[in-house]
Amino acid sequence: MKTRYAYGGDEHIFVEVDEEMSLDAFFKSLSMTTAVRDGKIKGVTEICPANASFQVKYDPDVITPAAMMDMLKEIEKTAEHADHSIDTRIIEVPVYYQDPWTHETLMRFRERHQDPSGTDLDYAARINGYDDVDAFIEAHSGAPWFVSMVGFVAGLPFMYQMVERDRQIEVPKYLKPRTDTPKQTVGYGGCFSCIYSVRGAGGYQMFGVTPMPIYDPKQEISYLKDFMVFFSPGDIVKYRPINREEYDDILADVEADRFKPRTRPVTFSLDDFKQDINGYNHKLMEALNGN
Amino acid sequence: MAIKVTSPGLATTVQDLGRPGYYHLGIPISGGMDRFALRAANMLVGNDEGAAVLEAVFMGPELEFTDDAIVAVTGADLPPKLNGEGRDTWASFAVKAGDVLSFGYLKGNARGYIAVSGGIDVPVVLGSRSTYALGALGGFEGRPLAAGDQLPVGQASANAKAGREVPVNLRRGPGTPAELRVLTGIYWHRITEQSGKNFFADTWKVAPEADRIGYRFRGGQELGFVDRKPPFGAGSDPSNIVDGCYPYGSIQVPGGTEPIVLHRDAVSGGGYFMLGTVISADMDLIGQLQPNTETRFVEVDMETALAARHDRQKLLADIRTALE
Repeated sequence: MKTRYAYGGDEHIFVEVDEEMSLDAFFKSLSMTTAVRDGKIKGVTEICPANASFQVKYDPDVITPAAMMDMLKEIEKTAEHADHSIDTRIIEVPVYYQDPWTHETLMRFRERHQDPSGTDLDYAARINGYDDVDAFIEAHSGAPWFVSMVGFVAGLPFMYQMVERDRQIEVPKYLKPRTDTPKQTVGYGGCFSCIYSVRGAGGYQMFGVTPMPIYDPKQEISYLKDFMVFFSPGDIVKYRPINREEYDDILADVEADRFKPRTRPVTFSLDDFKQDINGYNHKLMEALNGN
Repeated sequence: MAIKVTSPGLATTVQDLGRPGYYHLGIPISGGMDRFALRAANMLVGNDEGAAVLEAVFMGPELEFTDDAIVAVTGADLPPKLNGEGRDTWASFAVKAGDVLSFGYLKGNARGYIAVSGGIDVPVVLGSRSTYALGALGGFEGRPLAAGDQLPVGQASANAKAGREVPVNLRRGPGTPAELRVLTGIYWHRITEQSGKNFFADTWKVAPEADRIGYRFRGGQELGFVDRKPPFGAGSDPSNIVDGCYPYGSIQVPGGTEPIVLHRDAVSGGGYFMLGTVISADMDLIGQLQPNTETRFVEVDMETALAARHDRQKLLADIRTALE
């Protein structure tokens, strides 16, 4: 990992912690952005952590670009020794894989896909070496995910799966982006899963849909009343496959405002995680499903 | 006091100076694309410079006033008409209850800013009245105006006067061809030296895909990339990166073919490399470009970028003085 600093015009500094994705890079980016926020540096207006990089927006009339740059480099020195542990939460997200709505959409945009003969799931399962779609869904929903970035559009989480690199799922994006993606589609591109917060354009492969709203600009849904965006970087997500019946039940609960995502507070330690990934994930599941 | 929208124009939205602080959650700053014109419009009608105004693109709305007000239109050459009678842009004029404000055909540039004394008084959402249509947030019900909308208007200040005008030498808009100054960086190293030279030497044209999210350009040579082994998680295309944040004004070139400059409603991040960023002083100018406008990108250094920033601030200060 070698950190690279660059000016993004006269109002941003872009910091690439690493060229490639890893939890180490994400944690370093997260600890540096936390330090920038805690430092309450005058002139800083936006602090945006991303997967393996981050960005700071500042007012160059308040702090010069060079001074801002020096300050970030100084922060990196302390971040090197930062405790790789965070207090966060684990959230269960129900997913209806192979649903009719993403299926209709992917058929409509088939000519923009690498493999027009099958579905996005067929394709992803095959190129990642799974025997069938069921085995692929088991891998996708079997281990938890880190929210490593929130963005693109309002409240969309990018998630990185908490497994060894050789078990990471990788798929290309569509050859040409779609002009339509159903709201709350569970998508995949590169090594990232995402949930489309709003209906719109998109280039990620489509695997399913969640009935759980994650963005509510009207702030009418009870668990989005305090803030309209559900996810934050550092959240841990576990997908749970559901069928059509349960999807409809949850949707009815959402509409009656009875639905609450299953959420538990957890402390995550990167060092402990790396020592025993399966064991650590097992403990996270106990935290999620225990009382 | 209210304004009734009898015809909405093409994509007229309520905008102010934006909503900073939520970009890390994918909620962009939004606000007027041409903030210089927006500030000037507010100054003309005696508002705070950051009051909410209407941003009309390519085509003006038709508005009916329920009360007397002072109005000014700045930015694009979008000729205002009061009850069918022409009024000047970059100048304040009085409207009476029952008057209808409409617009003639666009004669130059792209976005007009319609300020009303008292400001458009839609609810403040996350610190701003700006519309972010993609996220159905802010503005009037989170969307561009529609016929039949009733826009609430705030209390006019004692400083609202008709007959003010921004002197011609203090107005600002893009030249021909438009020149956008750029600081290279971020992933500039991904393209070949020759491609870097071509990017600045070529004349580009604004593509039809140009909106508040970003402006796409066409007509220059395709960029060549430096060879590499794709980093894990980036994707196989040479223009891909591990998804990162996009600065406002950053220039991404998916596949190396058509540069996209992100603007006030930017997508906050994604997986395409950026070769640099348009300087803050020139962001206003982009908002005034029509499709097909010839555009050159001009490489500058940080010193020049900051000097341009101060020149723009000086020009605004001069308008303030001129209107006192």
